[in-house]
Amino acid sequence: MSLTTIAVIAALKVIVFLGAVLTGCAWATWLERKLVGHFQHRMGPSYAGPYGLLQPIADAIKLIFKEDFMPDGAEKIMYTLAPMIAFIPALLSFAVIPFGDEVTIMGQQIDLVISDLNIGILFIFAVTSLGVYGIVLAGWSSGSKYSLLGGIRSSAQMISYEIAYGLSIIGVILVAGTLSMKELVVQQASFFDWFIFRQPVGFVLFVICAIAETNRAPFDLPEAESELVAGYHTEYSSMKFAMFFIGEYANMIAVACIATTIFLGGWQGPLFPPVVWFAIKVFLFMCFYVWLRATLPRFRYDQLMNFGWKALFPLALLNTMVTALLKTIG
Amino acid sequence: MTGQAEERRTLNLNMGPQHPATHGVLRVELELEGESVVKATPHIGYLHTGIEKTGESKLYYKVIPMTDRMDYLAPMSNNLGYCLAVEKLLGIQVPEKVKYARVCLTELTRLKSHLVWVGTHPFDLGAMSMGLYAFRERESIIDVYEAVAGQRMMSTYFRIGGLAEDLPGNFDKVVKKAISDIRQGLIDYNRLLTDNKIFRNRTIGVAKISAEDAINCGLTGPSLRACGVNYDVRKANPYTGYENFDFEIPLGQNGDVYDRYLVRMEEMRQSLRIVEQALDGMPEGPYRAHVPGVVLPPKEDVLSKMESLIFHFKIITEGFRPPRGAVYQAIESPKGELGFFISSDGTGKPHRMRVRPPSFVNLSALPKLIEGALVADVVAAIGSIDIVLGEVDR
Repeated sequence: MSLTTIAVIAALKVIVFLGAVLTGCAWATWLERKLVGHFQHRMGPSYAGPYGLLQPIADAIKLIFKEDFMPDGAEKIMYTLAPMIAFIPALLSFAVIPFGDEVTIMGQQIDLVISDLNIGILFIFAVTSLGVYGIVLAGWSSGSKYSLLGGIRSSAQMISYEIAYGLSIIGVILVAGTLSMKELVVQQASFFDWFIFRQPVGFVLFVICAIAETNRAPFDLPEAESELVAGYHTEYSSMKFAMFFIGEYANMIAVACIATTIFLGGWQGPLFPPVVWFAIKVFLFMCFYVWLRATLPRFRYDQLMNFGWKALFPLALLNTMVTALLKTIG
Repeated sequence: MTGQAEERRTLNLNMGPQHPATHGVLRVELELEGESVVKATPHIGYLHTGIEKTGESKLYYKVIPMTDRMDYLAPMSNNLGYCLAVEKLLGIQVPEKVKYARVCLTELTRLKSHLVWVGTHPFDLGAMSMGLYAFRERESIIDVYEAVAGQRMMSTYFRIGGLAEDLPGNFDKVVKKAISDIRQGLIDYNRLLTDNKIFRNRTIGVAKISAEDAINCGLTGPSLRACGVNYDVRKANPYTGYENFDFEIPLGQNGDVYDRYLVRMEEMRQSLRIVEQALDGMPEGPYRAHVPGVVLPPKEDVLSKMESLIFHFKIITEGFRPPRGAVYQAIESPKGELGFFISSDGTGKPHRMRVRPPSFVNLSALPKLIEGALVADVVAAIGSIDIVLGEVDR
């Protein structure tokens, strides 16, 4: 394979994946609104296109044409940078997620992953934890008290849950003996080899922490609309707001992809092609997100912290220790 | 941005008047230290409508539609309070059927108001679906309103000395539908909230008030009964025939947000019982008292009898003149004790009309409830005392 071919394939993959993810984000908003609507005996979006399917496009057009507002008290540079800092890391994590097995297109063997890093999981954790800076800076630079409180809450929350989040997958890594995302999927070839069965505690911890990491209900304190109006993005409008918005959904999809890859057997499954299986699992995980949001009330700040440090963190440590012990003995 | 106190630095935060969780245009000035509230000052008056003052320049019967607009979530309770006060002033006895219809409809109104509360209060705590579930059940009560008065919100159905019109033929049917809808709804809410760990965490022990403090603040209604004080105007000072109905007054113990929730949920079940009893025992008879010159005669008489026509004309154009004197009549509105004080100087218009609004008095306990609590508790506390700003500001 010549260098040119490799470069072209890599560029194509980036374009295709990025397009897929951004499209996914847009229609994840539709999915959420439609599902929550039905949970609540409403129709959800239904005017724009069949089943309201064109709603994301209408939203995008609306957001683009909104006035790009900046409060007087804002720190101009940080205020502009913050949405990008929140947005870009969310997309970066998709670089190492394997969407499917190898396929052959026009005689070329193509891996359905942009880059199969040998430390894939570490890369994801490193990159996604950068997103918190965007939120903190947004809260601080807006010059609004509600934003500030939202920013503070968010930083405290994300830092607290980062630890348990990281620890929750150490068990999997110990069992699998690899950090490569692709290798992890290969190890879950048969149904009962899925890490959700081999590491059930780890999976539960992972899901809880991931929801907290992505600031979703019932951990959506940073943007608790009934308390802080809209939290850190209260003062944002137009495309700057859209960046936060897409960033949040990209994070959700990223978490769904990671959960699928690490715990739910990745692209593997009978009958359908691998990419389809991957999409189905991610879709179901996203529905789970929405279901939680429609059902549960919100934690209080101090309870959230207590829960993170006094329940999740020790449990994650224990899980790691027990796994390590079993691994050494067995 | 930050205020420099002598030793510690605090953050002043204005919650409202445009804020999603203040239920209208309440402004609470919070002094925060981190996330905890050091001092809270509620500011009111953003929805001032001058209903009391306007009442002084209107004929007695023309005041009724304005009372709807005070506690707009419980219009019939307000109607009832005002009508009872004027009837007391005039010394009118209303027929049995009117009493039963009034009890039935005001209890439905209590349900309607509590349903809005059970929707919005958990909504503030983040349980967003509750809002829509409760409003779905509320719809069936609004249908009852529509059936009796033709209006879905500002019904203005009660009149001095009776009702605006006779109950419609399908009254039984719509009320029974409402009862069964709400019964089912209550089971659902119970399942979603009562044992929900997060909901309990957010409400148990939050915004507590002792029975003594509650009485000193003048708290009434479910918020008072959640402290264990057995005071309900329906039992303590029965009006419009409540003494004939069999129901219990639910009491709490701790006076926290969760107890207020439990008390209101149980009150809804009791209200359903009362509505059923009222429906079963609904007597036949006239829907207005026969008091010539004060209460409008039936329409068929107006069309066929001369005296009736004259009375009708005179009541509509110049009203009636109650004797000199002053009365106070309290009822148990969904929010607490709703009292109307009316002083008459013998003319066709009230000399002074003063309302004792439960929301206003209950709101005065807010600083006591939230000082020392967290920002998230402020929202829980405001929701739990169940205020309507239209009634606070009048």
